[in-house]
Amino acid sequence: MVEWVIDTASAEETNRLGRCLGQVIKEPAVLLLTGDLGAGKTCLTQGIARGLGVPESEPIVSPTYTLMNLYEGRLPLYHFDLYRLADPGELEELGMEEYLPGEGVAVVEWADRFDELCQSCLAIRICHRGPDKRTLHFCAVGSTGKMLLQALQSVWNQRD
Amino acid sequence: MLLLTIESSCDETSAAVVRDGRQILSNVIASQVDVHALYGGVVPELASRKHMEAVTVVIDDALRKAGVALGDIEGIAVTRGPGLVGALLVGLSMAKAMALSLGIPLVGVHHMEGHILAPLLEQDVPFPYLALAVSGGHTHLYRVDGIGKYRTLGRTLDDAAGEAFDKVSKLLGLGYPGGAVIDRLAAEGNPRAFDFPRPLLKKPTFDFSFSGIKTALLYYVQSQNSPIEGAHLCDVAASFQQAVIEVLCEKTLRAARDTGLERIVVAGGVACNKGLRRLMGERSAKEGFRVFFPSPILCADNAAMLGVAGDAYLTAGCVADLDLNARANWPLDQAGWPQQLLP
Repeated sequence: MVEWVIDTASAEETNRLGRCLGQVIKEPAVLLLTGDLGAGKTCLTQGIARGLGVPESEPIVSPTYTLMNLYEGRLPLYHFDLYRLADPGELEELGMEEYLPGEGVAVVEWADRFDELCQSCLAIRICHRGPDKRTLHFCAVGSTGKMLLQALQSVWNQRD
Repeated sequence: MLLLTIESSCDETSAAVVRDGRQILSNVIASQVDVHALYGGVVPELASRKHMEAVTVVIDDALRKAGVALGDIEGIAVTRGPGLVGALLVGLSMAKAMALSLGIPLVGVHHMEGHILAPLLEQDVPFPYLALAVSGGHTHLYRVDGIGKYRTLGRTLDDAAGEAFDKVSKLLGLGYPGGAVIDRLAAEGNPRAFDFPRPLLKKPTFDFSFSGIKTALLYYVQSQNSPIEGAHLCDVAASFQQAVIEVLCEKTLRAARDTGLERIVVAGGVACNKGLRRLMGERSAKEGFRVFFPSPILCADNAAMLGVAGDAYLTAGCVADLDLNARANWPLDQAGWPQQLLP
């Protein structure tokens, strides 16, 4: 397990961090997002989608009601939201195990509602630090997660 | 034509019998609680298994309530998308099996197309018109030039309006479904008590954003030392609702002015919201626009709404093959008439 903690000063910066993360993803991966309402999970996902090459013209919207939104980038992006789910049995009904990992990138919001979703992943916890400030805790599990986190750190630290 | 229609795109399993695309003979929704409370979202019965358990029951019930025999049905319209593939496939597979065994034609209909044509089941709304489709999963503005002829003018860039109602309801400890509760409290409160943001209101586009209102309310709740209750709670609910419905009304009327469309249809679950109905009604009247709202049961996800487009397509000979597939992502602009059948 490898960890990294980073602060962002605005929604734009959270979005930029997501964009860098999207850019370094080269193979199927699982990203688990946790954080309170309004923490910025969808904001980060919007950045990840752009980094993955989902066209700017396509809005990345909340999947709370639809449960999963699919976007076409360099790799397919599966944007899940478990907010409305009540019990783990419903995950099975969603056919979620096919996406963890599947042929694309699965971003799962409210992942903390279901333990042990995936053995190899990058877990990201977003915490409020003020109206605009956020702290993001990254935790990489398994080889794919670790490689991803290293690549993200390197790109983020080299940005101008 | 006498149509059987089937809807299973999200939480509700529904079947209806509709004559000539205008007359509802029956409209059965499986998880039908109080229809007035059906907007803003309910705890999901998303599981395909639950749709499977319900689908034959609602179809039998729809036929029985309509007083027609299975052999009387002349065609089937079914929601093809957008939605969860697993959920869509339940309705779609049932529709195909019935079309094949009964030897009758089948057509796939877009879920939002159903919503924005729903008022035609109750009254005559001449084309073209502007449609605001607003629910737990959608907040879209469409230009509707006729059945099967739609263009997206604007949409939410983050949360749907109904979702904002539900999440705010949860923040205030009011539970599910949030839309009805907030609407009721708002009626008792002062909509000017607190100034929540009106995102994108000044932007010249027809797009919406509701995520920021939710977050502003979160910070307000966190800034309070004591629980928000009583008259204070009503004021917060009223001020939040006012922010959402003002944005919805202002953007819709701006689109009506810009496009020159004189009629406005408001559809989807949030169209049940009394505050929205009142404000949209007042502002439209002031500017000379006519506004149409479906009855609450036609605002919820229901199968009867598929009858309008389904009947038009089948009557024109626009019939789907039995390899018709569900479409999880399906922009409304890509739905409608196949080119060769454009009337």
